[in-house]
Amino acid sequence: MLHLYDGSLDVPKILKEWYEEEAQSNYGAYIPFVGTVRSEDGIDGLSFDIYEPILESWFKKWQEKAKQKSAVIKMAHSRGDVLLHESSYIAAVFSPKRRVALEFIDEFVEDFKASAPIWKYDLLNGERVYAKDRSTAIKGSGILGEKQ
Amino acid sequence: MVRVEFLGPIQKEALELEITNLNELAAILQKDEELKEWLDNCAVAVNDNLVASLECELKNGDKISLLPPVCGG
Repeated sequence: MLHLYDGSLDVPKILKEWYEEEAQSNYGAYIPFVGTVRSEDGIDGLSFDIYEPILESWFKKWQEKAKQKSAVIKMAHSRGDVLLHESSYIAAVFSPKRRVALEFIDEFVEDFKASAPIWKYDLLNGERVYAKDRSTAIKGSGILGEKQ
Repeated sequence: MVRVEFLGPIQKEALELEITNLNELAAILQKDEELKEWLDNCAVAVNDNLVASLECELKNGDKISLLPPVCGG
């Protein structure tokens, strides 16, 4: 399940909804990861652009992988501005036993960072500044460049 | 005619081009000064599927997207 919201995430509400959705599903483990905007380098917050068609197909592949492990993956992400100490990202895995969920959330979040079509900007003095140095080129990038 | 869209931080309006493959697109975009800094690190999708090489034929109505480096979360 993939949920996109305008602005910051209501973390307690989302975690509670997901908990209740799976309360009767006989999962022994629920492992959420919550990403919160930290105060650093003088930023006022972060801002995000998302390309939804490819995010949805990327997420669908992870849903299939989760299914193969008898697990469920859920994710929520913000569009637009998210201020300091607010949250922009939640991923969670439900699985029958804890080990699968602990390993799966790690793999999922790593691939999310490297592949999900989301662009991050620092909010600095009222401007949106692309977080170029923290961004990762998607695997297979560069085919249109002269270096090919 | 194919449509070329530039996603995220690339501040460029979409293009409509008469091209039949990605090699032609590469040749056109490499002449664009605005795009020079992006082409070496952009991924390319045709009709929302990422492609790994330029060996891709295009047909009328196709949508090409350029995806610069990402950072979700």
